[in-house]
Amino acid sequence: MKEVEIRRLLAANLLCVFAVILTAVVPGFFWEGFTVLGTHLAWLCICSVCVGTVNVILHLVLKPNHSPKRSSFAHKISRFLKCCIYFFMSCIIFHAIIVLYGAPLIGSVTETFLFSVLLSTFTTLQCLCMLGPNTHAWIRVFSKNGATSIWESSLQITTVCSILGAWFGAFPIPLDWDRPWQVWPISCSFGATFGYVAGLIIAPLWLYWNRKQLTYKSR
Amino acid sequence: MRLRSGVFASSCLLVEVLGVALFLRGFFPVPVRSLPRREARGDPPAEPAPPGPGMVSNWTKIPPPLFKKVVVVLIDALRDDFVFGSKGEQFMPYTKQVIEKGTSYSFIAEAKPPTVTMPRIKALMTGSIPGFIDVIVNLNSPALLDDNLIWQAKTAGKRIIFYGDDTWVKLFPKHFVEYDGTTSFFVSDFTEVDDNVTRHLDRVFKREDWDLLILHYLGLDHIGHVTGPNSPLVGAKLREMDNILKKIHISLLSKEEASLPNLLVVCGDHGMSETGSHGGSSAGEVHTPLLFISSAFEKRSDPGYEHFKIAEKSHANWIKLYLEGNNSEILLNLGKKVLKQYLEALKTLSSSLSRQVAQYDMYSMMVGTVIIMEVLLLLFLSIPKALSSRAEFEVPLSLPLFSLLFYLVCLMLCAVHVIVCTSAESLCYFCSMSWFTAVGVMMLISALMCGILSAIAKIFENSRLPVKNPVVSSSGWSEIDVLILAGTVGHVLSLGASSFVEEEHQTWYFLINTLCLVLCQDLCRNNFLLKEYDPQHSTNVKQNFGEASEYKNMDIPAADNSKLGKTISSAEFIRGSDKWISLASPWIILICCRLLRSLNQTGVQWAHRPDFGHWLTSSEHKSELSFLAAVSLLMIFFLVQRRCSLVSKIAMALGLLGVYSYRAAIGNVIFPWQHDSKDISKGITEARFVYVFVLGIVFTGTKDLLKSQVISSDSSVKSTGLWEVYSGLVLLAALLFRPHNLPVLVFCLLIQTMMTKYIWRPLKFDAAQITIMHYWFGQAFFYFQGNSNGIATVDVSAGFVGLESYVEIPAIFFTAFATYAGPVLWAIHLLCYLSSEVSRNSAAVGHGCFCYALMRSLPVAVYIVLVTGLRYHLFIWSVFSPKLLYEGVHVFITATICLFFTAMDHNHSHKVQD
Repeated sequence: MKEVEIRRLLAANLLCVFAVILTAVVPGFFWEGFTVLGTHLAWLCICSVCVGTVNVILHLVLKPNHSPKRSSFAHKISRFLKCCIYFFMSCIIFHAIIVLYGAPLIGSVTETFLFSVLLSTFTTLQCLCMLGPNTHAWIRVFSKNGATSIWESSLQITTVCSILGAWFGAFPIPLDWDRPWQVWPISCSFGATFGYVAGLIIAPLWLYWNRKQLTYKSR
Repeated sequence: MRLRSGVFASSCLLVEVLGVALFLRGFFPVPVRSLPRREARGDPPAEPAPPGPGMVSNWTKIPPPLFKKVVVVLIDALRDDFVFGSKGEQFMPYTKQVIEKGTSYSFIAEAKPPTVTMPRIKALMTGSIPGFIDVIVNLNSPALLDDNLIWQAKTAGKRIIFYGDDTWVKLFPKHFVEYDGTTSFFVSDFTEVDDNVTRHLDRVFKREDWDLLILHYLGLDHIGHVTGPNSPLVGAKLREMDNILKKIHISLLSKEEASLPNLLVVCGDHGMSETGSHGGSSAGEVHTPLLFISSAFEKRSDPGYEHFKIAEKSHANWIKLYLEGNNSEILLNLGKKVLKQYLEALKTLSSSLSRQVAQYDMYSMMVGTVIIMEVLLLLFLSIPKALSSRAEFEVPLSLPLFSLLFYLVCLMLCAVHVIVCTSAESLCYFCSMSWFTAVGVMMLISALMCGILSAIAKIFENSRLPVKNPVVSSSGWSEIDVLILAGTVGHVLSLGASSFVEEEHQTWYFLINTLCLVLCQDLCRNNFLLKEYDPQHSTNVKQNFGEASEYKNMDIPAADNSKLGKTISSAEFIRGSDKWISLASPWIILICCRLLRSLNQTGVQWAHRPDFGHWLTSSEHKSELSFLAAVSLLMIFFLVQRRCSLVSKIAMALGLLGVYSYRAAIGNVIFPWQHDSKDISKGITEARFVYVFVLGIVFTGTKDLLKSQVISSDSSVKSTGLWEVYSGLVLLAALLFRPHNLPVLVFCLLIQTMMTKYIWRPLKFDAAQITIMHYWFGQAFFYFQGNSNGIATVDVSAGFVGLESYVEIPAIFFTAFATYAGPVLWAIHLLCYLSSEVSRNSAAVGHGCFCYALMRSLPVAVYIVLVTGLRYHLFIWSVFSPKLLYEGVHVFITATICLFFTAMDHNHSHKVQD
């Protein structure tokens, strides 16, 4: 049972990784002059949209958290709207945190905001898909030993990895190497993306290694 | 001997200060350059002394000459490629050989247009750039009246002989003891003009009655004008010039005696264009060779130079292949090889350059490093004991084995000392110390070594016993612990990169931001999750308390939970409004930090960015600055006064008023009622008025501290006393800080208050964690003040506040305090906080002191090792050594603070024993 679940998780995560790789490669065929470094903002948009779409589709297909009760259409709509608001808020919060970390307040707002959208896609969007706009569930999942399924464990790992990646991505900025990828926010968004990809790959493997020790208590 | 961890840490730091001082003394040796070079540097400024009778040179004595005889050979229209290029190789073999192998310095000189003979001669002799007006008077040249080399040489009693273009004779009519001018009017004359010069040479070189010989050859210029630079006549002329140079050089060498060498200068006044004319500013016209040939220039055997030559050759091959249209693998490989050779050559050149500039006293540096590393090791080994709940440990001073080893090591070091000092050819500070001191230092080193060995032995002994000592697993580490460890290690490692040293403030800002976010997460968990948290976690936390690790693992929520589980629920524990303030406080702190960050841009890369500090200090924003300063002073008063006694409160208020009036007196800020800018004074009275209150407050505080030690056992007296000392320092900082930096002080107090009230107290961190957080914030505030790791940002004006003139000791003290105000204030606040926490953990102050010492010695020790390794780095003088000075001073200040800590701790333990 658990192995099957882990295999599904692995497939889903590999799809996401694949989507990230495609965003870096495919637009080059349609758009003359597209490079991840040169037209970084465009890549940020494309990557956010693609990863977001893939996540939503995967969620709809796999339904990792099958809720027992059927909800009405109006309820679904309100949930969807709530999700949108949460996502937007998370973008704003990430933007604020990045500015607090020292990003310019007025200059390069677009860069900062698109980076925060990317971060939100890697973290908040997944959570919204998995947990819905439910603050209690969020707090539960992100406290110690709070996960109740392998999907939630995977969620924990990828989220933490993305944020850690973005954190580490800021390291090369002060170096005086004058490389194109040191320009704000390229190194950070690369860090976040690599972190996300690493998280996606690590999560199933880690779960597989620790499958004996893992015990999820039911709610 | 039993020592408490505070005492131990302070003594370690004191020893470390000694080590750092020794290292610095070795790193910055007093005679940086050897003697003759300094003379060479001192010489040039002597010459352009003003010639007018009204002006008097401030050089009282003439510097000794470097050369006995000087011959200047000026070849008109000598283009740079005639010497350095293919033509030079072909036609001037002797010169080329001297350039490559001999003792010479060669340059390509750039002539400023107009590239016409007369203005160029003027430029060469006066060092000024000619104007175009000189072209007009080129043919009819009046005597040169500006200060010039010839005039200086003549007044210095040098005898000058000139042969060549008669422009010189017109420019310097009475300067030459002997001359033979040649008119340059007949351009078609290629040989006569030069023969007219050369014919004198044999005779002149037999004589001894001259010091400076100037030869101006015109033939090349004439050939250029008539036939252009590519005519065969040019080659013949160049060969003739080469022969003349050879003759002059050889005869100069043969005349050379032991006393002083001779100098041969070869130069061109301008080049020639591709058509052979001159006057404009094309590359061929402005670039001329400039050679200094003398046996005084030591033979160049630089490996980098040789490498460069080899690389040049392969480069030429590559270009040849490329021009032949060869696109094969060979070209690619050769290109790679050329690139590699160039890079290697550059590396060797840069390292040999820094080797020439830097001479280190390695022996003193090594001794210093050894002391510092031993201290660090000792501190590391004693972590478990020092942070235990007793906070004291046995220091073995008289073990039997100990003594034998000690003497052996001592003996060995003495032997090494004798060998090094007798064989050292350069100056060595440690060798020049008296024997008594040197032996003392060596005994210290061996004692430290024995201490380390015995500590290691003890650890092994302990680990062999099957103790209950539970090794703390990493899963027990909270996020804070992980962050603190990673941050400390990361910062220390980052010191190896010059960019990270330049931009160290970024590292600290990044770390404290992350710290705030982690604290926020901790607070969230503490506030929201206490009820749901299952208590299985808090099993052995209590037993572990205070053991075995620098970052003792109090699992905070668990600890809270086990305590709270019995009686009260979390909701009652933190009341509603407090809870929200507590949750918001990390964010407020983050916003404060962000504001401070944009107050002073510092570092190197982004230092030019506009910041609030510059905006405020510009003269048109004086009223804004005044308002900000007034509000800041008011805020400082409100934040400080709450824990002071009444007398200090009044003193504080008056003192802060005094600060404002001081700033108004020296014209930084204005009073609202005073619109016309009145005369600016030095503000001596106002500043001294403030000093009186500073001393008063500190004195009251000290009195309270003494009282708490001697008479009463009331800890509140002690904490009031400490706080008063602290507020006295705050007042001093407010006086010394520039007015636009007063918000730094406000935010410092604000953050400390919020942290204490809403974060540290509720979350119940242990002393080590609190200390490290204080240290981080202190470092960040060091940079918030506008400091950087460059010397230029030290605010020396702080040393003159309230002083009529420069008085050394107060000036140094004030400057040091103003520079390190951030770290010092945070450290004293740490002491205040920890001594108020004594009821919870009696050893808190000792732990704090130990951690503080450790946090300081770790970066210093690593940095010193890094700097020793990087001593031939290109940026060693611009980046690494200023940072080294900062670190050294910081260690000294930390040692002082730790002594203060120890004094406070001592009082306390004394009282407990009573």
